[in-house]
Amino acid sequence: MFLKRLTIINFKSIPHIDIDLDTKINCFVGNNGQGKTNLLDAIYYLSMCKSSATLSDSQIIRHGQDFFMLQGLYSRLNMDENIHCGLKLGEGKVFKRNGKEYERLTDHIGLLPVVLVSPIDGELVEGSGEERRRYMNGVISQIDRIYLDEVIRYNKLIAHRNSLLKAASRNHFSYDLLEAIDIQLAEYATVIHSKRKAFVEQLIPIFQEYYRKVSAGQESVSISYRSHLNDSTAGELLRENIEKDRTLQFTSVGVHRDDLAFTIDGYPIRREGSQGQQKTYLIALKLAQFDFISKVSGLKPLLLFDDIFDKLDFNRVNQLIELVAHDGFGQIFITDTNKHRLEEVLQRVSSGYKLYRVENSEFEIVASK
Amino acid sequence: MQSHSYPSKLLENAVEEFAKLPGIGRRSALRLVLHLLRQPQPDVERFIAAIGDMLQNIKFCSICHNISDTDVCSICSSPSRDKATICVVESIKDVMSIENTMQYRGLYHVLGGVISPMEGIGPSDLNIDSLVDRIAKGEINEVIMALSATTEGDTTNFYIYKKIRNYPIIVTTLARGVAFGNELEYTDEITLGRALLNRVRFDNSFSVE
Repeated sequence: MFLKRLTIINFKSIPHIDIDLDTKINCFVGNNGQGKTNLLDAIYYLSMCKSSATLSDSQIIRHGQDFFMLQGLYSRLNMDENIHCGLKLGEGKVFKRNGKEYERLTDHIGLLPVVLVSPIDGELVEGSGEERRRYMNGVISQIDRIYLDEVIRYNKLIAHRNSLLKAASRNHFSYDLLEAIDIQLAEYATVIHSKRKAFVEQLIPIFQEYYRKVSAGQESVSISYRSHLNDSTAGELLRENIEKDRTLQFTSVGVHRDDLAFTIDGYPIRREGSQGQQKTYLIALKLAQFDFISKVSGLKPLLLFDDIFDKLDFNRVNQLIELVAHDGFGQIFITDTNKHRLEEVLQRVSSGYKLYRVENSEFEIVASK
Repeated sequence: MQSHSYPSKLLENAVEEFAKLPGIGRRSALRLVLHLLRQPQPDVERFIAAIGDMLQNIKFCSICHNISDTDVCSICSSPSRDKATICVVESIKDVMSIENTMQYRGLYHVLGGVISPMEGIGPSDLNIDSLVDRIAKGEINEVIMALSATTEGDTTNFYIYKKIRNYPIIVTTLARGVAFGNELEYTDEITLGRALLNRVRFDNSFSVE
């Protein structure tokens, strides 16, 4: 699957561009603030129906304009797919596939899978457990359609339970009601735990393989799944902690506190890993996500590398590009501020590529093969 | 629309009242009020009287909490209904839905909502104690839980089940799954996934009685 041609009008800083893309590697070089990331975000938007940044749709329209429009001509399973997306202020968002409007946006998500690797991923290492749970949820929901519904129901039950615990300090507390909530919580927690556990077991070898390839096998890395449910059943945990939870006025145990421990040579990556190692770690996690999606969908997702080469030594950049230029991967989009670095890397790849210079939201092709 | 654009305080009051109704905005409220003003006076008085009369005289059944003109509703007092079966529902609208199926001959119990701690609705805000009292009298064989398939509905189911499970009754719940006449490809993944998990034996699946 690949994007052949992309048209953008009034999307963030980009007034209007119309570009033809290489089926394999597309590079965009330019200084900060020239529109490289916004171009990748437009591609992300066409796949996911939303921006990768947490922006509301109206914030995406270029300042002073009242609409934006994106159009992508894709080749998917040897068929042309024309995807159109438009938003006019005061009107709804429109997504069309080959001229026919979607009734629900969720019907479109997944048609053209995409994996974005960007500096925001640093939150996976630096941020709270919530970021790592979101990563797990994101990947598992790609391979298990019921999983997300289970997580939503679980979270809703937790919200009800916490409300009950809070209100209890003011008036009469009903253990019977708590039990009615806990029976269901235990049920969902058990399912979610077993799915996450199975997922992490599958993830580890794939992740380690990618890390080894990018780092050229210098460090040993691993992931472990931390959960209260690893050594106790959900029902027991909730029962044992009722009095503690009443004092705290929230639910202190359960899969909503799950986490992933990222280690390098046995120590936490957050403390022991260099910035380059952390970056390699995150890239390997994202490539593993790529693997899961391509296995399930039978399509090779578009891979977006947004400004990820900083802090990586030249060997790692080279290994990475060699890896993704290989047949196992599909079309790739890369942004960078360093033209020489990109040119040097591109000299070594055997596949075709296009190199664009980006200046003030103008995209000009400067090299191709 | 700004409030000071009304030429009359009386008109504004009436619009405000109409705008409190569900699904009615200020614009629709004004349209309804102006419409009433154009009608012959006896018609409007009949309209007002109907609402007043309803308020004054409507009752809630002392047994099942359904809406009623009498102290005990027409379903609870009907000799042809099966008095050993109670169907527990959230609201009066659900009684009407189930009655429209014409498949149910038992009695009802209207809870008046579902438990939702997030909205501050607890068991004591609902007609649960009176349900337990009805069952405790010993004349009930089956209680059918017919609440929405939401987190709140399920929590209410579990809560009530705990209160009544020690009585010699059967507690059942509505089947959940693929809707009748639905083609599988149009059934949403969650419903289909759950219907698959909770599949039933075929020889139990086609009984209509």
